[in-house]
Amino acid sequence: MTAAPQTPEGASLWRDAWRRLSRNRMALFSFVVFTLITLACFGTYGYLWATGGMDATGGDLAKNFQPPGSAHWFGTDDHGRDVFIRVLVGGCISLAVGFLATAVSLVIGVTYGSVAGYLGGRTDAFLMRIVDILYALPFVIFVILLMVMFGRNFILMFIAIGAVEWLTMARIVRAQVMALKNTEFVEAARALGYSDMRIIFVHLLPNMLGPIIVYASLTVPAVMMLEAVLSFLGLGVPPPMSSWGVLIKDGAEKIDVYPWLLIFPALFFSLTLFSLNFIGDGLRDALDPKSAKD
Amino acid sequence: MPLLEVDNLKTWFHTRDGVVRAVDGISFELEKGNILGIVGESGSGKSVTVHSLMGLVPQPPGRIEDGAAQMDGRDLLTCAASELRALRGKRIAMIFQDPMTSLNPYLRISDQLVEPLVIHEDANPKVALPRAIEMLEKVGIRDAAERVHSYPHEFSGGMRQRVMIAMALITNPEILIADEPTTALDVTVQAQILRLLKELRDDLGISVIFITHDLGVVAEIADDIAVMYRGKIVEQGSVLSIFENPRHPYTKGLLACRPRLDSTFTILPTVADYLEVIETTDGETELREKQPDLKQPEPESKVVDDNEEPLLEVRDLAVHFPVRASLWRRSSEVVKAVDGVSLSIYRGHTLGLVGESGCGKTTTGRAIIKLIEPTAGEIRFGRDYLQHLPPAAMLPFRKRMQIIFQDPYASLNPRLTLEQTLTEPMQVHGLGEGPNDRRDRAVALLEEVGLEAAFLRRYPHEFSGGQRQRLCVARALALEPEFIICDEAVSAMDVSVQAQVLNLLRELQQRRDLTYIFISHDLSVVKFMADTMAVMQAGKIVEQGDAEIIYHNPVVEYTRTLIEAVPQDSLDAIRARVGG
Repeated sequence: MTAAPQTPEGASLWRDAWRRLSRNRMALFSFVVFTLITLACFGTYGYLWATGGMDATGGDLAKNFQPPGSAHWFGTDDHGRDVFIRVLVGGCISLAVGFLATAVSLVIGVTYGSVAGYLGGRTDAFLMRIVDILYALPFVIFVILLMVMFGRNFILMFIAIGAVEWLTMARIVRAQVMALKNTEFVEAARALGYSDMRIIFVHLLPNMLGPIIVYASLTVPAVMMLEAVLSFLGLGVPPPMSSWGVLIKDGAEKIDVYPWLLIFPALFFSLTLFSLNFIGDGLRDALDPKSAKD
Repeated sequence: MPLLEVDNLKTWFHTRDGVVRAVDGISFELEKGNILGIVGESGSGKSVTVHSLMGLVPQPPGRIEDGAAQMDGRDLLTCAASELRALRGKRIAMIFQDPMTSLNPYLRISDQLVEPLVIHEDANPKVALPRAIEMLEKVGIRDAAERVHSYPHEFSGGMRQRVMIAMALITNPEILIADEPTTALDVTVQAQILRLLKELRDDLGISVIFITHDLGVVAEIADDIAVMYRGKIVEQGSVLSIFENPRHPYTKGLLACRPRLDSTFTILPTVADYLEVIETTDGETELREKQPDLKQPEPESKVVDDNEEPLLEVRDLAVHFPVRASLWRRSSEVVKAVDGVSLSIYRGHTLGLVGESGCGKTTTGRAIIKLIEPTAGEIRFGRDYLQHLPPAAMLPFRKRMQIIFQDPYASLNPRLTLEQTLTEPMQVHGLGEGPNDRRDRAVALLEEVGLEAAFLRRYPHEFSGGQRQRLCVARALALEPEFIICDEAVSAMDVSVQAQVLNLLRELQQRRDLTYIFISHDLSVVKFMADTMAVMQAGKIVEQGDAEIIYHNPVVEYTRTLIEAVPQDSLDAIRARVGG
């Protein structure tokens, strides 16, 4: 313990969290890896788009199934397309879907769940029955329905996935709120005349960040795989566009003969997930004032 | 030859921040058929001591560095794990503080009672059942043959503690270790459990190690006392000698800081009045005795003008909770938690609201400040009637009436710094000009409750229970209220800390002309704080009036029971018990 200054500076959860996170080497390293992957993916996409090189993904059938070498770092696929480029371009779709859908599910799920849990009673019963009904809706049929109504659209995929993934988040948050709302610090907040919204978002939410972050970091890979399922059914990204999910699925079919088709997209996919997990863990610890010593 | 002989026991914890000497070289003996009280505040190492004997210290980080604990020529500290397991529960049994959580809620009482016999004596559960029933009868549970098949939730807290004792004693152990067994219980139930333990000792001849922070309790039950402080036994001897002639300043302080029914202190002495802890340069601490200054200020006389209106008047307050039948159908059955309570308090006074758990005292407090919507009745505060006000209209009153809760650990948001905790209410109610002014006010509040300004950027978990409760007081004061409800505000605290918080509350009352409702199950604490008193039972007030008069002349039988249940720690009472 060091001597504190006479007039202490203000401290807040986020500022302290950042300070603690910046001391967590694993989280920082993961953050760097993740940023590099993201930059590479979107950079390649942007470069190809700007130079009109997108056509290069068309490939050269004469050079199909070439093993990794100096010409094609990750080899080529059945159409003779460069796997390295495909992995990077496909990463754009996977990352975008993963993050946008998770963000959508976070926003809806946390708001919905905390309101239901905090208000309780009949409001809660009503809101939760809606969740149950949505749970019961078969996902694929729901997506097909959307396609029929609005046509095949990339944005629809975000909406479809986000609309399904928030349900579990809402349940988790609701359970957390119900456990927390009877604690004495919430009662003290009510006695001090704080509004319900203030209590939910200033007092309850920071205390639920642990489970929320953990679940969100599990949602990202789940969403990426879901996108692959949709693409496989012809409801996701249209060929020749690709994503990690699609590449992994294609690669898995040819693993005996052309292992590089699986290894490289899977490597990127796992690297991203690993780093996300470490970042998530780091965030969770950093946001808990109890976990670290000054 | 003593049954158990502990010699120079040292249990240290090796943490990242260094070595914590939880138990640092203690020795004591336990004679057959004796009750040894180990007294100390939380963190003094009393629980770690018995956990070391039972092999229950988590290792690492804990490590038993040195010492021996001889029982029948065997050293409990070094014998093999299998040997210790055979001893544990068979010859040494243990009961814990919280009877609500120490029984498995999913198993019948019968299964849990028979289990030790099955494990230690290889008994057939069917054959062992009569023994379980017999044991339940011994600990005073009626209709034991029927009730043995119940689940724990069907028993009250006191009953569960009896079941715990039955479970501990069913294998006929020679030593029973009781770790704060009555701390979570009401005074009347506590008195019953203490009586039961004494009877069992007389009947079965077992020895008991009784751990507690409350000297009053050991005065009632123990033959010998060991006082622990910072991992060491600072004083030990017979109960009479300790109470009659305490030698160590810590013991003196501990004895003095208890509010008692027969004293008229206006400021409680604290341990710090008797004992100075000096940190020497090499990181060691040295204890130095101080001559306490026990001069009591004249009790201020609180006269009420004839035409003065009470600040708060509650009439026929009722809070009923519906027993929920189903989602759509409201059941007509209700639980009458508060059933027609009328109270009035004058400005600057303290009303003590006393009763056992479940009597509705907490619900009454919450209904008065409208944390719970009252079902019926009238609440007048100043000139306004609060009972029908919607939440939004309550906002101006939130500034004027505040509440302090029992558990200082749960009543602070763990994710907010002290600064945020203290400035947020000001911000919501528009107090103070800008963040800097609010921070200055927060500093002033911290200093007023005896904390340092430098604590502003820390989080609640960095503070001890007593410091946190000061913090809760500071938060309640942030809005400069006139009226504060203290709901069991010191019940979870060690006596030495309790004295400090009680003194603080009284000091603040004088300085700020505060009005309190002081809710507690502990009559001696209410006696110290209150001017008037109301005794609650089953949702109703059974007796109300001047506190001093009620203590000396309780009219209602229930009040008398409550007063009698307070542990007797006068020398006469101890002499009468031990026959000294």
